[in-house]
Amino acid sequence: MEKRFVYADNSATTPVYPEVLEAMMPAFGELYGNPSSLYSKGREAKRIVDASRERIAEVLGCKPTEFFFTSCGTESDNWAIKGAARANVSRGKHLVTTKIEHHAVLHTMRALEKEGFEVTYVSPDKDGIISPESIVAALREDTTLVAVMYANNEIGTIEPIREITEAVKAYDKRILVFTDAVQALGNVKINIHELGVDMLSLSGHKIHAPKGIGGLYIRTGARVHTFVDGGGQERSRRGGTENVAYIAGLAKAIELADKNLADVPRIEKMRDRLVKGIVEKIPYTRVNGTFEHRLAGNVNVAFEFIEGESMLLLLDRAGIASSTGSACSSNSLEPSHVLLSIGVPVEVAHGSLRLSLGRDNTEEDVDYILEVLPGIVQRLRDMSPIYPGK
Amino acid sequence: MYSEKVMDHFSDPRNVGEIENADGIGEVGNAVCGDIMKIFLKIENDVIVDVKFKTFGCGAAIATSSMATEMIKGKKVSEALELTNKAVIEALDGLPPAKIHCSVLAEEAVKSAIANYYDNNGIKHNINVGCDGHCHSCGKHDA
Repeated sequence: MEKRFVYADNSATTPVYPEVLEAMMPAFGELYGNPSSLYSKGREAKRIVDASRERIAEVLGCKPTEFFFTSCGTESDNWAIKGAARANVSRGKHLVTTKIEHHAVLHTMRALEKEGFEVTYVSPDKDGIISPESIVAALREDTTLVAVMYANNEIGTIEPIREITEAVKAYDKRILVFTDAVQALGNVKINIHELGVDMLSLSGHKIHAPKGIGGLYIRTGARVHTFVDGGGQERSRRGGTENVAYIAGLAKAIELADKNLADVPRIEKMRDRLVKGIVEKIPYTRVNGTFEHRLAGNVNVAFEFIEGESMLLLLDRAGIASSTGSACSSNSLEPSHVLLSIGVPVEVAHGSLRLSLGRDNTEEDVDYILEVLPGIVQRLRDMSPIYPGK
Repeated sequence: MYSEKVMDHFSDPRNVGEIENADGIGEVGNAVCGDIMKIFLKIENDVIVDVKFKTFGCGAAIATSSMATEMIKGKKVSEALELTNKAVIEALDGLPPAKIHCSVLAEEAVKSAIANYYDNNGIKHNINVGCDGHCHSCGKHDA
């Protein structure tokens, strides 16, 4: 096959769709008003923000007054966790989360530990699934918040959020449940009210909106502090002049993501063929995470005897954009906390590879990866002093 | 993040392989830390006439192995002992801060292979190899 460019890192970010950009353009042009201004120029901008919020609420199954725009998924996670933890200290200072959360959640929890909160980190099973029972087992009388991600960014496992929420509420309905849905959005049909969570965060750039826009759902009545103090925007819950163009873009992207859920089976098929092909062609390969509840495009494998960063660089030279959980791709000596938490040995975790397909990928992309990857793995193994040979 | 030189030595590494009946073999690092370097030396009349390496590790680990072997090939053993990680970094036009330990490992791999050569030939030495294969024992990897 001829060399081609294959973008297989859709869990990292996605290209902005032309329809999204088109929806944003008016606010970069004539509709430049400040939504807080009372005159007509301001009201025009306000209408964009309002209509966007209404559209998003309609698609996600919540009330418009429950959805707040933020700058990114990380801000949403910070707001949800710190806002809920600090607003409920009169009831307790114990928080429950999992070992496989994104750093936006884990490092926020660590920051709260320094403030005197106590955090329990629940382990997944070997397939990467967090069971409702394991969450309930961590609950205490002074627990105020449970944070479990909807889908994992590395191994793609989709967690039983509805069941977890039901179990937590059955234990004590005052405990707030937050889910980081950044990876799930666009892969799973989300109806927030049916899901039952108190808070849900999302990000635009994972679903073909630009970087720099996110959102947070906060159920009416949930006690959560304001995170950004300011001029009364977002019903005084999140200050800062509204990012009108990006808000319009997020609304369009969420609308498209919902419509494009119809493509999920096709992407799942590509994913399954890719995994099958990799395992068939490359010995000493470990597949990470369950295939029963998994993001449509997520492939996570680990190849023994080689290191992920060098694999990523060689794939890049072949035109394939990918990701690894190797320590050398981060700035620490620790490989992926997610892989370690599901029992992948440290030395194997160094050789992990994540390929995340999206709806722009084709069967030819899968063919190309399957053609190129075995040679790259073999080349690095031939160079490796720990490779026992074919 | 990587210089062109690093990418060149990573993409097209020099001296990959093993030497049968090598006069000196050195292995440093471990799989848990994510990098292992093994260097094989062929020595005649106190000169390194051939050198090969095998490395498990990131792009910088492979590039520093490649560069280090290039730098000691054809040199006297005593000269090769003078190789420093700094010299390897300079020859590669720099390394990102988090990758400095790779160059340390390359220096140690060379020293370890030479120490092995001395041991095999009953030559007394006091070469400090550095890495003993146990992470965090040397404190050098906290870059």
